[in-house]
Amino acid sequence: MENILTIKNIAKSFTLHNVNKHIKAIDDIDIYVREGEFVGITGKSGSGKSTVLKCIYRTYLPQSGSIWYDSKKYGPIDLAYATERQIIDLRKNEIGYVSQFLHVMPRTTARELVQQAILEMGHGRESAEQEAEKMLRHFELDPALWDSYPATFSGGEKLRLNIARAMVKRPRLLLLDEPTASLDNSSKVKVRELMEQLMAEGTTMLGIFHDLEFMKNLCHREYNMQNGRLITRVEMLDV
Amino acid sequence: MDDFMTPLLSIKNVNKQFGDGCDTCLQQEKDVLIKNFCPVCGTVYSCQDITFDLYPGEVLGIVGESGSGKSTLMRCLYFDQDVTSGEAFIRSYKDGKANMFEESAQQKRYIRNHVLGKVYQNPLLGLRMNFSSIGNIAEKLIAAGNRNVGHMEDRGRALLTHVNIPTYRMKEAPKNFSGGMQQRVQIAKALSNNPPILLLDEVTTGLDLSVQASVLDLIKQLQRELNISIIIVSHDLGVIRMLADRTMVMLDGKVVEQGLTDQILEDPQHPYTQQLVHSLV
Ligand SMILES: Nc1ncnc2c1ncn2[C@@H]1O[C@H](COP(=O)(O)OP(=O)(O)O)[C@@H](O)[C@H]1O
Ligand SMILES: [Mg+2]
Ligand SMILES: [Zn+2]
Repeated sequence: MENILTIKNIAKSFTLHNVNKHIKAIDDIDIYVREGEFVGITGKSGSGKSTVLKCIYRTYLPQSGSIWYDSKKYGPIDLAYATERQIIDLRKNEIGYVSQFLHVMPRTTARELVQQAILEMGHGRESAEQEAEKMLRHFELDPALWDSYPATFSGGEKLRLNIARAMVKRPRLLLLDEPTASLDNSSKVKVRELMEQLMAEGTTMLGIFHDLEFMKNLCHREYNMQNGRLITRVEMLDV
Repeated sequence: MDDFMTPLLSIKNVNKQFGDGCDTCLQQEKDVLIKNFCPVCGTVYSCQDITFDLYPGEVLGIVGESGSGKSTLMRCLYFDQDVTSGEAFIRSYKDGKANMFEESAQQKRYIRNHVLGKVYQNPLLGLRMNFSSIGNIAEKLIAAGNRNVGHMEDRGRALLTHVNIPTYRMKEAPKNFSGGMQQRVQIAKALSNNPPILLLDEVTTGLDLSVQASVLDLIKQLQRELNISIIIVSHDLGVIRMLADRTMVMLDGKVVEQGLTDQILEDPQHPYTQQLVHSLV
């Protein structure tokens, strides 16, 4: 199997000019992910897990190293150096990102939010409507909420919507930053079900999960981080 | 290159100065400037070497403090003022081969009426306050060569409905309207001839917060539906965060940083941007 993602020697630090601080977040990170795999990153809070994901998604600008992603459209492309326009394209069509935080758009209902995710991939309105409903139903978001504004939702509802929006695109590569951290158990089960389904459909995932139980029997490889560095890599054989 | 990767508008090395410059500021490094101002001759360098691309269907935010050159840049792009030097190419105009700053006055008028729409912070600049709202739109349609009254009425009504101006107020003059409504009429007017590019300069500045939110919502909605490209200028990073895919940060007439909006917000590189982001949270 080919690598869909090959991270070599990534480092990222932050220079905060106004307080004269230099923060080393991660250093010397090597990670690979094969197509169709689920790879987990573990480690204490502050160890650099999210920084790795944000460098891949280019919310952070990595300082050095390379992040080779095997794109459907562009072929092998180094996400650390891709143009902003390419990143925008990849975010729309190939790479998804889910965190605990929902970036709500003003005056956009839950239903529209999920539909838009499909529309921006260039699908027709009708299929967007159907897919959105299916996804909202799967996450058991109360139909009474579908046409209201997510700003008023509870934390759990927002999160389910957030995940629905990312998953409805069936991205080639899905980055997950502790999306289930504040979810109740039944919601976690929903997320896991959908992850299994996405994996079956070919989505590759790289995720941070606090709850190791959650990753059990799903994970092909686990990287453990400490103080901004990778400490161990564990291959799980029986998936 | 595919359509997605080809800029709709390319701005190259745009300079705008007020004053002729002197030996000190022309010959030497621009280090002598105090912010954007030459202390020897008083020349103001409002826009210095501005280069950027605008892509189809994207919202580009320009943020920076008051006086950083944002509005000057917008005025140059809309031919409200002449550039001192620089180039701009529009893909859909003469195959992207003509520097629009060097076109004839007539051609510039054509570009203004067909390719660009602009909404000003001050509605007095964008609207005829004594014309009816629908008359304001007709004016823009006529400027683009329309003569059919029935068609113009239909178009005006559709546009004003789109920006939530009730039918029974369409014949009313904008001078009777609230600030938020005036901005919505301005937006409708700017969209009259279906321009692929919309320039928005501080369009929500000075409005009440709730009105501000509704105008921003409208912009977002229009952008989605019409898939136009928008340059939105604001001193308010909150506005930019809400709307822009990519963001350019200006300081003292220069672009100090540009990037994906989430990157600018979460990993700002320049001290000024860091300060700006810091004051947002
Ligand atoms: N007509 C003018 N004459 C002289 N200086 C000007 C003129 N217009 C703008 N400037 C100067 O150019 C700089 C940029 O202004 P402006 O484009 O309005 O900034 P912004 O829109 O970012 O607030 C400021 O220093 C301003 O004083
Ligand atoms: Mg201004
Ligand atoms: Zn001078």
